[in-house]
Amino acid sequence: MGNQLLLSLTAGIFIGGVAGYLGSLMLSKRMALVAGPLGHLTLPGIALALLYDFNVSLGAFPFVILGIVLIWLFEIRTKLPIEALTAIVFASGVAITFLFLPIEQAETALVGDISRVTFWETVISVIVALFLFLVLKKIYSEMVLINISEDLAKSEGISVKKYNLVYLVLIAIIVALGVKMVGGLLTAALVAIPASAARNISGKLAHYTFGAMIIGAVSSSLGILLAELSEFPAGPLIILVNALIFLISIIFKR
Amino acid sequence: MENDFILKVENLWVRLDNQNIIENLSFQVKKGDVVTILGPNGAGKTVLLKALLGFLPYKGEIKWKSGIKIGYVPQRLPFIKDIPLSVNDFFKLKKSSEKETKEILDSVGFKEDFLKKKIGDLSSGQFQRILIAWALIRNPQVLLFDEPTTGIDISGEETVYNLLARLKQERDLTMLLITHDLSVVYKFSTDVICLNKHLICYGPPQEVLTLESLRELFGEEVKYYQHKHY
Repeated sequence: MGNQLLLSLTAGIFIGGVAGYLGSLMLSKRMALVAGPLGHLTLPGIALALLYDFNVSLGAFPFVILGIVLIWLFEIRTKLPIEALTAIVFASGVAITFLFLPIEQAETALVGDISRVTFWETVISVIVALFLFLVLKKIYSEMVLINISEDLAKSEGISVKKYNLVYLVLIAIIVALGVKMVGGLLTAALVAIPASAARNISGKLAHYTFGAMIIGAVSSSLGILLAELSEFPAGPLIILVNALIFLISIIFKR
Repeated sequence: MENDFILKVENLWVRLDNQNIIENLSFQVKKGDVVTILGPNGAGKTVLLKALLGFLPYKGEIKWKSGIKIGYVPQRLPFIKDIPLSVNDFFKLKKSSEKETKEILDSVGFKEDFLKKKIGDLSSGQFQRILIAWALIRNPQVLLFDEPTTGIDISGEETVYNLLARLKQERDLTMLLITHDLSVVYKFSTDVICLNKHLICYGPPQEVLTLESLRELFGEEVKYYQHKHY
């Protein structure tokens, strides 16, 4: 049991930390909410993974990519707001899922199962999280500039399209990792809350990004520990710890 | 004479969403010129700057002097309140060292303590000065400026145009700027480009800004006021 807890904590700290880090970019791009629908969209993939017994992140990932491509195509075609299109696509994803996902397996799909993560899943999560961290670190300044003003970024010779594509792929990966931890319903919170809390207490960029990463990692580990001590699943507890930290951050708001 | 040219634009056409935004525009900018671009809303002024910067597809010729460095001050920046970004952070996005940032802030009239200020807390006048300073990092020879806010007294005694005039002297800059403000055109510019999709007038403002050209540019209802104090 001790080993299982250690595995869960390791995976949780890495996934939570890098989700917080990416979230700090998504907040500035006003895209934190998009991660929610994208999380919902993973549900058909998770359902397939549960039915045929393979890793849920692996099932989730192609569906996130499919969702992003669909939203992107619809946007070009219709010029509707991206939020509206996202809502259409994700609701369809959820609806399809409940056509064929056995209800007794729904809990894993909806709120995750980090408490049962295997050794190899942990290893892969850590490697992927580290990879995400390095790519994010590399593109961070440029992404901030793009978020502030695409024209300003272009005037610096930054290829906005290229960076946005990399950024979207990173989001897709983080969502796929996140559903393993907190399930399809709660992934948005995993990226949005740490960044929001960090913003409340930071006066400069370095504090904000580092803060988001730490808050993400700490709330994941606390949530997993609380799950160990209680009867409740880890996913919701992780999000609630995040929310609690956010509430505390309001008190210290600068 | 030929060596002096900074920018040559010939027969420029810009077409966006199946609509001609700029039609057959030609002009030249020489070293040290201050060229203002004057025109009503929707005349293609911002599109022209973006085409000159290479952000937009176009037909015709845009030829910058080779090796020229261009600084760009965009019209307005949304979303900057979303993240806690200090002035120093903002300059770091342009890989400016703290020493370089301090020097450039000083040259637009800010003290060192401004480094720690949050961008979101600045007034629009202060922010505009920060954007000008940002554009000046790495010493560009040309500054493109999209509509400096007119009438804002950016530091009590110095308007944005006084600041630009001073920077032009100190740094030997060539400038292209969009404006609505006729007094700026008269006081500040060596040449004016009157643009409303196509070129309506072009040359030194005292010569080419006539009642007729302004009517053609802004429509019949233009209230022309003679500038006695230039």
